Amino acid sequence: MLNKDMEIRIRDLNIYSMYKNKKNSHILKNINLDIPKNRLTSIIGPSGCGKTTLLKSINRLHDIQENIKVEGHVFIGDEDIYNPRRQVNEIRKMVGLIAQRPYPLPANIYDNIAFGPRLHGKRKKSELDDIVENCLKRTYLWEEVKDRLKEPAVALSIGQQQRLCIARALAVEPEVLLCDEITSALDPISSEKIESLLLTLRQDYTIVMVSHVLRQARRLSDYVVFLYFGEVVETGYAKEFFESPKDQRTKNYISGIMPGL
Amino acid sequence: MNKYIKESIFKVLMVISVFIVMAYIVIIIGINVVKGGIVIINNPSVVFTAPGPKYLLGGEGGILHAILGSVFMVIPSTCIACVVSYLIALFLQVDYIKNNFSNKLRVVFDVLWGIPSILYGIFILNILIVTNRRGSLGAGIITLALLQMPVIVRYMDEALNSVPNGIRESAYSLGATRLETAFTTTKYALPGIIAGALIGMGRAMGDAASVIFTSGAGNSMPKGLSKSASSLPVLIFQQANSFYPSVREHAYAASFVLIVIVIILNTVSRISSKHFQKYTSGSGK
Repeated sequence: MLNKDMEIRIRDLNIYSMYKNKKNSHILKNINLDIPKNRLTSIIGPSGCGKTTLLKSINRLHDIQENIKVEGHVFIGDEDIYNPRRQVNEIRKMVGLIAQRPYPLPANIYDNIAFGPRLHGKRKKSELDDIVENCLKRTYLWEEVKDRLKEPAVALSIGQQQRLCIARALAVEPEVLLCDEITSALDPISSEKIESLLLTLRQDYTIVMVSHVLRQARRLSDYVVFLYFGEVVETGYAKEFFESPKDQRTKNYISGIMPGL
Repeated sequence: MNKYIKESIFKVLMVISVFIVMAYIVIIIGINVVKGGIVIINNPSVVFTAPGPKYLLGGEGGILHAILGSVFMVIPSTCIACVVSYLIALFLQVDYIKNNFSNKLRVVFDVLWGIPSILYGIFILNILIVTNRRGSLGAGIITLALLQMPVIVRYMDEALNSVPNGIRESAYSLGATRLETAFTTTKYALPGIIAGALIGMGRAMGDAASVIFTSGAGNSMPKGLSKSASSLPVLIFQQANSFYPSVREHAYAASFVLIVIVIILNTVSRISSKHFQKYTSGSGK
């Protein structure tokens, strides 16, 4: 593993949640993690072990929650994204997040995609048209929606909405895509479309996916991170990870012996 | 007691409650529409003419001064209140201040909402006395803006609060700043925000106590911000106090106009909410 192949480097990341009346809980404990460039990395683990928290720390989404305290460093490329001197929205632009359920913005399909580029100063109609068409084509949505770009995005089916959300994230030209169990709300056919989409996208983007479906992680990932009670137990390339796990806890989890929380 | 008997007893109680409320709504609206309608049909000029100097003493004239006064007072005050309330409602969202503090501020606005409107009137009246001024259209506008502000703030705040967190996170993760995100959530919350503005407007439209001291409540047409003005609820109060049957009759005409305006406001609110809901709910076409 050469260092330059690594897109995201997480160093000594600690995340605490602080609630007034409850005991502070230590959600992520001393995470040190390297995530390879232009690969699909899966974060697996039982529910409640901090997968989503880890994912959101990669685009500083915890900043908007007052009860979460983040310590440590996350580097994307050479840049420390927790550097207080950087504008946080510039960082979030590099890291697209796709949520568990699709949340189309309250606008039509065209404006949903054009929202991001407009934020970053692209206002020319022809340029936006190109971006919208390009992003919709990359997510295989163009043929389905090209005649009704001016319709509200909520009128699409939920699988289409999820692909729209991916297209929306691609429109701001991120380097990293974070996917938080993006198929869990979808039917099998839509999930399959999304999965094959992820496989094509990983050539150009570093994809970090949270999944609690082991089979999905096995099917899709190049690299796997196993998180258990806020600690990284094992990481490795998918083949060796699934075939010859080193840690006993990983073995148990993969074979289904270990219960969740 | 048998649980099925319990169920039917509660059902009867519910139906009776609904019936009581529906009945008095129908009676109130019915009496005003019928009696006011008769006055207006017999003498349509009531609505279009300015009052003569002795209008409240049984003289000739109409209620145009109060209609215009209401409009000139309510529309600017709603605009002022909406701008201020929108900014406050944005500030109350988690993105800007701590939840704990915003919850305390919400309590303050709930208390303000509950303050009787006459107290707002007396507050502004005191300011007018201290600054040695007389009741005027401008003072009425300020009073009504204060009166509706807490209502609009709480409605807008609730509307913004009910926007799913996913929308906020989506906007943030596309690189939006807090303000750009706030505009996106505003668009999502627009039905509730409009409803809040119109409910505030309805409150201002129907309130007599706060303007009776502050707007001058005279008999003249509204001529300027610093001049005296009247409004429909104040006029109804004055007319209903009158010794002259003809003036008391006109109170019904004024009520009729007031009810029509309020019904129109409500209808507009419903239609506009429906219109903006097409972006937020899947079923709307």
